[in-house]
Amino acid sequence: MSIAAPARTWAGRFPWEESAFWLLLAAGFWLWPKHLALASQVLIAGLFALSYDLILGYAGILSLGHAAYYGLGAYAAGLLATHRWGEPLSGLLAGACCAGLAGFLTSFLVVRGQDLTRLMVTSAIGLLLFELANRMANITGGVDGLSGMEMAPLLGAFRFDIYGRTAYGYCLIVTFVVFLGVRRMVHSPFGWSLRGMRDNPSRMLALGYPVQRRLIAVYTVSAAIAGVAGALLAQTTQFVSIDVFSFSRSADVMVMLIVGGAGVLYGGLVGAAVFTLAYHYLSALNPVYWQFWLGAFLIAIVLFGRGGVLGAFERISRYLRERRRAPAAQP
Amino acid sequence: MMPALRTSGLGKHFGGVRAVTGVSLALARGARHAVIGPNGAGKTTLINLLTGMLAPSEGDVYLDEDRVTGLRPDQRVKRGLARTFQINNLFPDLTVMQSMLLAACEQRGVAIDPWRPVSSCRDEMTAAHAILRLLHLDGAEDAVVRQLPYGDQRLVEIALALACKPRVLLLDEPAAGVPKAESQALFRAIAGLPEGVTVLFVEHDMDIVFRFAQRITVLVSGAILTEGAPEDIARDPTVKQVYLGSR
Repeated sequence: MSIAAPARTWAGRFPWEESAFWLLLAAGFWLWPKHLALASQVLIAGLFALSYDLILGYAGILSLGHAAYYGLGAYAAGLLATHRWGEPLSGLLAGACCAGLAGFLTSFLVVRGQDLTRLMVTSAIGLLLFELANRMANITGGVDGLSGMEMAPLLGAFRFDIYGRTAYGYCLIVTFVVFLGVRRMVHSPFGWSLRGMRDNPSRMLALGYPVQRRLIAVYTVSAAIAGVAGALLAQTTQFVSIDVFSFSRSADVMVMLIVGGAGVLYGGLVGAAVFTLAYHYLSALNPVYWQFWLGAFLIAIVLFGRGGVLGAFERISRYLRERRRAPAAQP
Repeated sequence: MMPALRTSGLGKHFGGVRAVTGVSLALARGARHAVIGPNGAGKTTLINLLTGMLAPSEGDVYLDEDRVTGLRPDQRVKRGLARTFQINNLFPDLTVMQSMLLAACEQRGVAIDPWRPVSSCRDEMTAAHAILRLLHLDGAEDAVVRQLPYGDQRLVEIALALACKPRVLLLDEPAAGVPKAESQALFRAIAGLPEGVTVLFVEHDMDIVFRFAQRITVLVSGAILTEGAPEDIARDPTVKQVYLGSR
């Protein structure tokens, strides 16, 4: 009797592939020393996508307004830093708390409906906050953005340097710690119940699950994590653009997750890397038409790579394993 | 003796359509009570009213004489009211044990724990295994639900409901769609249900009804036509006319 079979992702162990993934990121200081700022952006986007994966990939809540919480986290940390509170960790906590509180308050609206209603409600929340930030330009900086932040050294020892070394280390550690927490959560009975609610909410209700309350809980956690990602962005770039609330930011995180693979933990991180690097390099080749290639890639993913990059990777690995096994089975 | 489940004037109207009207039932503890009736008689609506999936337009539901009419479905499950579905409502991509753990973890209050590794839920696995053994599904723990024969999937429906530790179990057409060849296992499962559990079942298969029911309620057009012991119902000419068909 096994609880892990056949869904391998339900197992809670930490295999060597995962260790290798994080060691590779840690080796980034030596492997891509000139691109640490870009790598930080990838990690922040990955953390944001991880937060979105919790609600979409695990709990099945479709959202087009997740940038609302990302933006709130960014402005909370940014405003603290512009008001002489540049200590990074407390700023991060403030970002998480603001976004988590907003997530909790708005979750009651979000979890009530089904997919289309949720899309409308979440995009409306994003638009409301965008316009609010625009209207309150005296606080947020409006379309000019929020600048003038002064970040204190991390842990009182590591100054944010121009090469982005501290920022990269900071982003990596925060992303890793949050990832471990999320990983633990999705392998817990609570995490299992999220999948149950995604796959069959009416049965979960009949099993005694207070489905809406559990969705509110995971939505709040997800919003808080999005807030952490936003706060990281504000602290490491020392600037917050009103664009953090934009509809396209919410759409981008959905694309990242679909590209990487939803509901598999690493999908958000991989999708964020693919998306951010594609944006960086393709837009350098052609700043106007770069999204053409992204669109082509998305169509290819839908047609041939169900489950995103990780889904395709797993199918290819399985195919190769079976091919290797096939000749050995023949006499 | 205090009834385990009681309804008083229960009704549900959809606009001008009275799907269920004035249904008053009382089931003693440990009873095996069948609700029969032609298609559209309101049997599944009645189950949905009892479980709280539908809010009644009139009347009340009592569990051990506690009024539960305003409670949510999950709250009623916590009070000991579990159900199965007429059409399989399972987790097709999970294994039988994974599905059972979903039920057992919530029943034992650990499903809210975000830090405990699921592999440490040994007590819940033991409880789930005991139920699977009771239903003769103990060889199927690792089978993916969608790959099970249909009859076994119906048994998983019952197993999930039993994992909620019900005092009252509502079976909505447990034999629906089960081929004759697989029906014996289902009969055995129903016969083996714990005696302390009150069972209300809605069923079209008269073999099951007359084999297991101690009392039968006949529902026609949302209202109770008659209620009685199986032999009385079998002899009742009105029942024959509206349900079994007259010659």
